[in-house]
Amino acid sequence: MKKGNFKLEGNEKLTNDIYAMVLSGDTGAITAPGQFVNIELEGLYLRRPISVCDLEGERLTLIYKIVGKGTEHMSRMAAGESLDLLTGLGNGYNTAKSGKEPLLIGGGVGVPPLYLLAKRLISEGKRPKVILGFNTSSEVFFEEEFRKLGAQILVTTVDGTHGLKGFVTEAVNSCGEYSYTFSCGPERMLKAVYDKTETDGQYSFEERMGCGFGACMGCSCKTKYGYKRICRDGPVMEKGEIVW
Amino acid sequence: MVNTKVNLSGITLSNPIIPASGTFGYGAEFAELYDLNILGSISFKGTTIEERFGNSTPRIAECESGMLNSVGLQNPGLKAVCGHELPRLAELYRKPVIANISGFTVEEYVVCAWAMESQDNVGIIEVNVSCPNVHGGGMSFGVSPEAAAEVTKAVKAVTSKPVFIKLSPNVTDIVSIALACEEAGADGLSLINTLLAMRIDLKTRKPVLANKMGGLSGPAIFPVALRMVYQVFEAVKIPIIGMGGVSNAEDVVEMMLAGATAVQIGAANLKNPFACKEIVEDLPRIMEKYEIKSLREIIGGAH
Repeated sequence: MKKGNFKLEGNEKLTNDIYAMVLSGDTGAITAPGQFVNIELEGLYLRRPISVCDLEGERLTLIYKIVGKGTEHMSRMAAGESLDLLTGLGNGYNTAKSGKEPLLIGGGVGVPPLYLLAKRLISEGKRPKVILGFNTSSEVFFEEEFRKLGAQILVTTVDGTHGLKGFVTEAVNSCGEYSYTFSCGPERMLKAVYDKTETDGQYSFEERMGCGFGACMGCSCKTKYGYKRICRDGPVMEKGEIVW
Repeated sequence: MVNTKVNLSGITLSNPIIPASGTFGYGAEFAELYDLNILGSISFKGTTIEERFGNSTPRIAECESGMLNSVGLQNPGLKAVCGHELPRLAELYRKPVIANISGFTVEEYVVCAWAMESQDNVGIIEVNVSCPNVHGGGMSFGVSPEAAAEVTKAVKAVTSKPVFIKLSPNVTDIVSIALACEEAGADGLSLINTLLAMRIDLKTRKPVLANKMGGLSGPAIFPVALRMVYQVFEAVKIPIIGMGGVSNAEDVVEMMLAGATAVQIGAANLKNPFACKEIVEDLPRIMEKYEIKSLREIIGGAH
């Protein structure tokens, strides 16, 4: 973990309530895809945890959805402003177990951390298959970005206005063989993916956090191997340890 | 050169800054960021005999200038704390620490205190009779003078280490409870624990915390804590560790003027993991600014 000032380089609206923020600063503590940063915002006591979407040298991309005061505040920030970040939080995804053709399944704001994961997997010579799920066509983001990475990609929308109609789990059958599963999204989706997929895998969870670095025990959960802190021991859990 | 040393029940602290129980774990997360040995002491995560998971999540909520938690005394239990956490903490921190203990019966407090008695790096035992997050638990001891005195006496009987009772602000008269603890033999008092509080989510129209209520901490409670330390200082002769929303070196000085001999830093550690380090480093500057040569001289100075 590191604490440092980041400069806001850009803050772009991707859909009605999804934004992409590009920051520059010391990213040295970020070691794995699936990790997150915790952002201090003026006028709010607690920091806001946001997963890392992309990392290029000192440039950090965060994609967030406006869900409350914190993210609304973030959406109003402009290039040039500075932010205090705790970086390198959480365990992140371990790509060593992925096999040659891992399946990546993301839903809504669970999509962003899978981008850096896909990038990492491709750089390791693997061929990720990606399923991205959204409610409707106007909420779809980052489809092109994943395609540009060279990942095979399927997009689903619940109402069928874009890509395949239905939930992400309904697209799994269209993916053929896959070696491993990585997933991030709402807990109900994670559970459905957990039940549907037959391979081992890693699932990223979220919870309201106090500190974000393991001190306050605010975001604890039960696993098959004892109590874990989602912020520190997670947010990524192995399939074999998850207790729903 | 200013003198930041204070004396807490015979233990000399290099400065009065102590991370508060429940906001610092057993120090490991913070030791990755700075050398813990700059701290006056450390009050580690509240310990119960048995391992506890605590309450359901969400356990964290927020307000304008503070936070609510309903963790519910999650801890690995007495055996793991003494066998694993304390030896590890001793490697990270060479000075005496404060053992924060909790119980659901007087006997449970006694068992925890007895176990801490034989831990070399425990300098003070801090008895939590005030956790707002456990039903029928510690809080019931902290809200009545008789019950608080009973726990104090029982713990004092099994340990030779200084015993500080951590008091709840969620009472009608904190002074009467403080006096009862003093009379029962307490060596000192820690105050205040968190204030019982609540938030409701407008979208779900239900309380944010799964436990419905939780303890409020952070700058929002500082003036309340300061007032209670001031009142208790007037009434008792034993030392007070002041806490509640202390966020910077000025707050430390203010808390000491109200009557605190040492000061604990809680929620600030969660917002800024370097909070204690920054306060320790800033304290001499603030002392010079207000022409304080020795911190010991200002304890209770506002009275």
